[in-house]
Amino acid sequence: MQILIAVAALGGIGLVLGLLLAAASKYLSVEKDEKAPLIESVLPGANCGGCGYAGCAALAEAIARGEAPVDACPVGGNETSREIAEIMGVAAPDVLENVATVVCSGDHSSVAKKYEYDSDVDCKTASTLAGGDKKCRHGCLGLGDCMDVCAFGAISVKNGVANIDPEKCTACTACIDACPKGIIRLVPKKKSYIVRCSSQSPGPDMKGICTVGCIACRICEKECPEGAIQISDNLAKIDYSKCTDCGECFQKCPKKIIKKK
Amino acid sequence: MLKDLLVLTVTVIFIENFVLVQFLGICPFLGVSRRTGTALGMGMAVIFVMGVASLLTWCIDTYILKALGLEYLRTVAFILVIASLVQLVEMFLQKAIPVLYNALGIYLPLITTNCAVLGVALLNIRKEFSLLQAVVYGVGAAAGFTLAIVLFSGIREHLEYSEIPEFLQGFPIALITAGLIATAFMGFAGLKL
Repeated sequence: MQILIAVAALGGIGLVLGLLLAAASKYLSVEKDEKAPLIESVLPGANCGGCGYAGCAALAEAIARGEAPVDACPVGGNETSREIAEIMGVAAPDVLENVATVVCSGDHSSVAKKYEYDSDVDCKTASTLAGGDKKCRHGCLGLGDCMDVCAFGAISVKNGVANIDPEKCTACTACIDACPKGIIRLVPKKKSYIVRCSSQSPGPDMKGICTVGCIACRICEKECPEGAIQISDNLAKIDYSKCTDCGECFQKCPKKIIKKK
Repeated sequence: MLKDLLVLTVTVIFIENFVLVQFLGICPFLGVSRRTGTALGMGMAVIFVMGVASLLTWCIDTYILKALGLEYLRTVAFILVIASLVQLVEMFLQKAIPVLYNALGIYLPLITTNCAVLGVALLNIRKEFSLLQAVVYGVGAAAGFTLAIVLFSGIREHLEYSEIPEFLQGFPIALITAGLIATAFMGFAGLKL
């Protein structure tokens, strides 16, 4: 008898609450975009926030509304972008043609050193010691971790900075994962100009650190006829969806940091 | 009577602050305190859930569980009520304030297992409160939670523009900050009401 009362009481409470929620869900239902759940199912589901949205569901909704590009997920890579492009009915080839670029051009002659490290180590080990020997926290260490993982022989290290050959690169992102500094990024293959600096230090601080660092002078921002360049965090950033490849920024950059591929 | 309730409110907000003195509800306290706006939203959601949960759980405990001699079902019954309330808040926010809904992310459904909410429901019974006292205690506890998380988020916003030693950046400095706020709240322990 006791058990029956317990079951009835708890069941009763559950039933009442369940009915209330059922009623509430009717009044508070939100019409979801059909595409959003589809896109969400394709996304990695890690909810890492790497795209700048609150999670995979938020990004999926943004893509469905057209606010975010189909390749906004930095984790999913090409595979995910292609599937999302399919759902959105956008031409996929545009999405696919990316190449990896080392977003730093600070070689031994342009970046000052914090200390001399006299041993043959890899980038990962070197970066554990105060972020590496280069004074710039965002600088390429030039020890070739990316070169070692590249299966296509596209990467070479010259005078302490890695370079990626856009002709050989397949955008497999292996180097992006290998770089402890996180300064290898995918850029559209069709565009020729890249801001090759990742430093977020204010302009005056760059003095004595690196001669090829972005000083956030905003000249490129003013000169770009398409308004595709913006300075944020003391660093010029090209919005490739607006960039027309005119080369104005490349010509005007006083520090010659905007480079041609 | 009114004075008693006032004393209860001040006690639960400052002297026995749920987060900073009793270590309850730490998960959202650390999780959604990066932005003051989001923190305030979380605070409001918790105030609603804890207020209504106090009311409902007290009624259920008194008129159903105690009346039928089923006190041993307390935890299950309370969790049922809390989970339903959180579900309701979730639906409401998704409909009414989607921005806040997205900002709260996973921490919104996690209010269900926020130990502060179940804690307040169980403490209400353990302290043998009347219905009015229980609701005041619940809302007060949630207000204390809101106070703590908003204070904390304000400091965390400033931290982002500060030069923090590299080994402390991110989570470590957040925990140290939380510790310092808790130290500050220790000062209220000497308050005689």
